Amino acid sequence: MEFHRIGVVGAGNIGIGVVTDLVLHGLCTVVVDVSDEILQRAQAAVLNNVRCVPLLSKTLPRITRDEALHRMVLTTKLQDVASCDFVIENVTEDWNIKQRLYEELDRVSPPDVCFGANTSCISITQIGGATRRSAQVIGVHLMNPVHLKPTVEVIRGFHTSERTLDTLLQLFAVLHKEAIVVNDLPGFVSNRISHVFMNEAAFVLQDNVATAEQIDMIFKQCFGHKMGPLETADLIGLDTVVRSLDVLYESFKDPKYRCCPLLRKLVHAGHLGRKTAKGFHAYPEG
Amino acid sequence: MHTQRDEATSTEQQVRETTRRFILSSIQVTRLDDDANLFESGIVNSLFAVQLMTFIEKTFAIEVGMDDLDVENFKSVNATTGFVLRKTGALG
Repeated sequence: MEFHRIGVVGAGNIGIGVVTDLVLHGLCTVVVDVSDEILQRAQAAVLNNVRCVPLLSKTLPRITRDEALHRMVLTTKLQDVASCDFVIENVTEDWNIKQRLYEELDRVSPPDVCFGANTSCISITQIGGATRRSAQVIGVHLMNPVHLKPTVEVIRGFHTSERTLDTLLQLFAVLHKEAIVVNDLPGFVSNRISHVFMNEAAFVLQDNVATAEQIDMIFKQCFGHKMGPLETADLIGLDTVVRSLDVLYESFKDPKYRCCPLLRKLVHAGHLGRKTAKGFHAYPEG
Repeated sequence: MHTQRDEATSTEQQVRETTRRFILSSIQVTRLDDDANLFESGIVNSLFAVQLMTFIEKTFAIEVGMDDLDVENFKSVNATTGFVLRKTGALG
């Protein structure tokens, strides 16, 4: 299959990374979000990502600012994705928002188009159920920074077809990405495990067992992880981590997923991690 | 009496100190060797190079061009200081 234009719905942190990756690999995008302000901010972030590629990767393609701009159409109208061959959705991790979006996406997209649901924890089977094309809905758990990650956790929903998986793998071939295909239950592999780590790290901090720095250093220097659990939570965004924990808790009704009160308190205080320059750690502004 | 050489040394010290302070405020170490390779030592991941570059552009009012986008320019306090001095014309 040849891809001409990819719809990207949701231009937050992950959406910005998705658009960056697509335009770097020569694909045109239709980027949808709810306001022009969000779209302009996303476009600036994509241009900055494109500019910084030589600093971060020896293998990613280099493109000019004009080439990147030429490959981005910004819109607040969801129906503009009707011209796309594939749609990647990255909206807020909230079932009510996703449900309404998928019902609408299903109405405006040509019947043969597949949807890649980029969700942290929500079941792909549940998302597929909001459409009349559940065989064409597949989970694509793209992670930050999307254009620098060579591997993606891909989730097959209950009804996801082989043809849909094959279409996604063809798109990934263009992006030079590998897929690890897993089955569907909330949180899949990555977040079902990693969020327990991040949540428990917050409990350890709350219980005054260690400082945030010490917790992350133990994971990095003793376990050899690239980042500690609290740094990782800051990178994801603490609001997103809390929402994902809530989805896991609701889905499994298992107390091991109950959100640490300190984590929720930081979100209420507006300390959302890197994006607000304050989370478990402090970061330079801007 | 101030000489040109004194001024250059003073500028270099200021750039070095500002750079060091920014790096220390961003990473989880209390001491940092000015020659320590931030990326090879695993003190930071490569994304930090973007943060450091952005900070330098804003703080020293310089524009980092396409040809400057090499991690070698930002790999340590000394490398970053040298880069800023070259870009501002304070060196050589």
